[in-house]
Amino acid sequence: MGIQGWTFLIVGLTFALYIFIAYLSRAGTTGEFYIAGGRVSPLANGLATAADWMSAASFISMAGLISFMGRDGSVYLMGWTGGYVLLALLLAPYLRKFGKFTVPDFVGDRYYSTAARMVAVVCAVFISFTYVAGQMRGVGIVFSRFLEVDISTGVIIGMVIVFFYAVLGGMKGITYTQVAQYCVLIFAYLVPAIFISMLMTGNIVPQIGFGGTLADGSGEYLLDRLDGLSTEMGFDPYTDGSKSTIDVFFITAALMVGTAGLPHVIVRFFTVPKVRDARISAGYALLFIAILYTTAPAVAGFARANLLDTVKDAPYSEVPEWFTSWEETGLIEFDDKNGDGIINYTPDAETNELYIDQDIMVLANPEIAQLPNWVIGLVAAGGLAAALSTAAGLLLVISTAVARDLIRRTFVPDITQQRELLFARVAAGGAVIVAGYFGINPPGFVAQTVAFAFGLAAASFFPAILLGIFSNRMNKEGAISGMIAGILFTAGYIIYFAFMFPELNNAENWLFGISPEGIGTLGMIINLVIAVSVSRFTKVPPVEIREMVERIRVPRDLDKDEVKPPTRIGD
Amino acid sequence: MKSKAQQYWRQNLIYLAILLAIWFVVSYGAGILFVDWLDQFRMGGFKLGFWFAQQGSIYVFVILIFVYVWLMNRLDKKFEYNEV
Repeated sequence: MGIQGWTFLIVGLTFALYIFIAYLSRAGTTGEFYIAGGRVSPLANGLATAADWMSAASFISMAGLISFMGRDGSVYLMGWTGGYVLLALLLAPYLRKFGKFTVPDFVGDRYYSTAARMVAVVCAVFISFTYVAGQMRGVGIVFSRFLEVDISTGVIIGMVIVFFYAVLGGMKGITYTQVAQYCVLIFAYLVPAIFISMLMTGNIVPQIGFGGTLADGSGEYLLDRLDGLSTEMGFDPYTDGSKSTIDVFFITAALMVGTAGLPHVIVRFFTVPKVRDARISAGYALLFIAILYTTAPAVAGFARANLLDTVKDAPYSEVPEWFTSWEETGLIEFDDKNGDGIINYTPDAETNELYIDQDIMVLANPEIAQLPNWVIGLVAAGGLAAALSTAAGLLLVISTAVARDLIRRTFVPDITQQRELLFARVAAGGAVIVAGYFGINPPGFVAQTVAFAFGLAAASFFPAILLGIFSNRMNKEGAISGMIAGILFTAGYIIYFAFMFPELNNAENWLFGISPEGIGTLGMIINLVIAVSVSRFTKVPPVEIREMVERIRVPRDLDKDEVKPPTRIGD
Repeated sequence: MKSKAQQYWRQNLIYLAILLAIWFVVSYGAGILFVDWLDQFRMGGFKLGFWFAQQGSIYVFVILIFVYVWLMNRLDKKFEYNEV
C-alpha cells in the first residue's frame, strides 16, 4: 500500500477512535462540561495534560528548530518543561483546593472584584485565540501535505472533528480523547526516532545514542562529528551557542513562566478529585512530556548530521531520493548559483545554494531512514493528534470564559444550568468557527504568536495567581494594576518590534539585549513589583479573603477550632 | 504556639525553597550561566554544559516533581490531612 493509502487508513482509524471516545464521555452537566465532573484520575489527567500541552509546534517544528539552532535550541527544551516544576510546586495544588472551574474564577474570587475577573477573561480569550490560530493552520498543513487536499479543506476537516468532540463532550470528552491522542502522538514520534538512532549509532535509545559513537565504524562521537562538519562548512559548532547569555536566560524564563500561566494547562488541574492528585498528575504530565522532549534534541542532532553528511560537497546528481521528493513540495530548494553542479551549503546568504524548511526535519525523518510507508502515515496521524488536542483544550478555555465567567458570573447570575450548558456549547461552536477562519486566513503574525501567547501569560496570570496564593496581603488594587502594567508593557514591546518596526528588531535596539521572545520575563517582574508596591499603599483585603487564602494552603479544611481570623497584618 | 496549618505551611515553604533552588541551579545555572565552563568536562560524547541544557535539566525537573509529591504526601500524613 502507498503512502497516501496508509495515511488515510491510520488517520481515519484514529479519528474514528476520538469520536467514539467523545460519544461515550459526552457531558450532561456544566460540571462535566467545564471540569469533567472533577473525577479524572491523576494518571489520565497527566496523559491528557501532556497531549493538551504538546502542540503542532512541539511535534512538527521543535526538533527542526533545534536542529538549526544547535545549543541555542535549549531555550525551548528547558523553557517548555521547566514550567511544569513551577506549576506543580506553586500553582496546581492550591488551585485544586480552591476548587472552582476556571482561572478567571480564581482571579475574580481571590481579588473580590469583577474588574479583575474581566481582565483575566480578556487575557484568557486573547492568549487562547492567538495560540489556536497556529494549531488550526498546523492541522491544515499536515492534511494538505499527506492527503493532498488544499489547506482550507484540511482546516475544515479539522474543524468538524474538533467541533464534534469539544462541543458535545466538553472537558469530559476532551480529556479522554486527549489520552488517546497522547498515545498516538508519542508512538508516532518515537518509532522513527528509534529507527534512526539504531541506524546512526547502533543504540536503540535515542537519548543515549545522541551522546554515543557513530555506527559507521569510525568510532567518532556523533556530536564531535556534528561539530566538525559544522565548522568545516563555515557554521558555528553545533554544541556552542550564538545567542547572548542574557537573551537565552530571559527567553527560557518567559517560556517557563508562560507555560505555568497558560490557562488551558491550568484548568486541567481542576479536573482531578483531590489536592494530592493535582500534585502527582503534574508529575505524570511532565514525565510524559519529557519522553518527547528528551527525544527531540536527539532527533535534531541525527537529522542535522545526516543532512550535512548528505549535502557536503555532494554533486546534485547524486542526492538521495528523499532529497528530490521533498524538493517537489518546495520545502527543499537547490539553486546552483555558481553552476558547478555541487551543493554549496554555507551560512553566507550570498554563496548558499540550499534552502531547507525547518519543519521537514521531523516529517522527512521516516523517508531519510527509509522506513516503511505505514510509519509516514503514523507521523501524519501523530501531528494531527498533537494539533487537535491542543486546539480542543484552547477552545474549551474560550467557551468556559464566555459561558461561565461572562454570562453566569457577571451578567446573568440566575441562569439555569441547562441554559448555561447551552451557552457553553454555542460559545465552543463559535470559537471553532473563528479559529477555523484564522486557520484558513492566517493573520501575518502567526509565526510570532508563540512569543505573544507565552509572554502575555507570563506577564499577566502567573504573578496574579502566585501572589494570590503566597501573599495574603495582596489586594485587588495591587493585582489589577500589576496585570495591566505587565500586559501593556509586554504587548507594547512585542508589537513595537514585531509589527511596527520589524527593521529595528535586533540586539542593538533591544532593551538590555532582551528579544521580544524573552520580554515576558521583564513584564512579569514589572507586574510583581507594581502589584506589591500598590498593595502596600492600599487597603488590606477583607477578612474572608484572608481566610480563604489560609484555607487553600492546606489540603483539607481544619477542624473549626483551629480556624482563627488572622490577627497579624501582612504575611 | 502556631496553629497546625501555619506549621504545615512553613514546612511546605522550606521544601519549595530547596526544590526551586535545585531547579534554578540545573537549568539557569548549569544550562545557561555556566554552560561554557561546564563544557570543558565530558560525559561520553556530551560536553557537560550542553548535556544539561538539552537533556539533563529535563530529567532533573521530572525527579524534582516526584520528590515534591513524596515529601508533601509524607507531610500530609504527619499533619493528618488525609483527604477522602
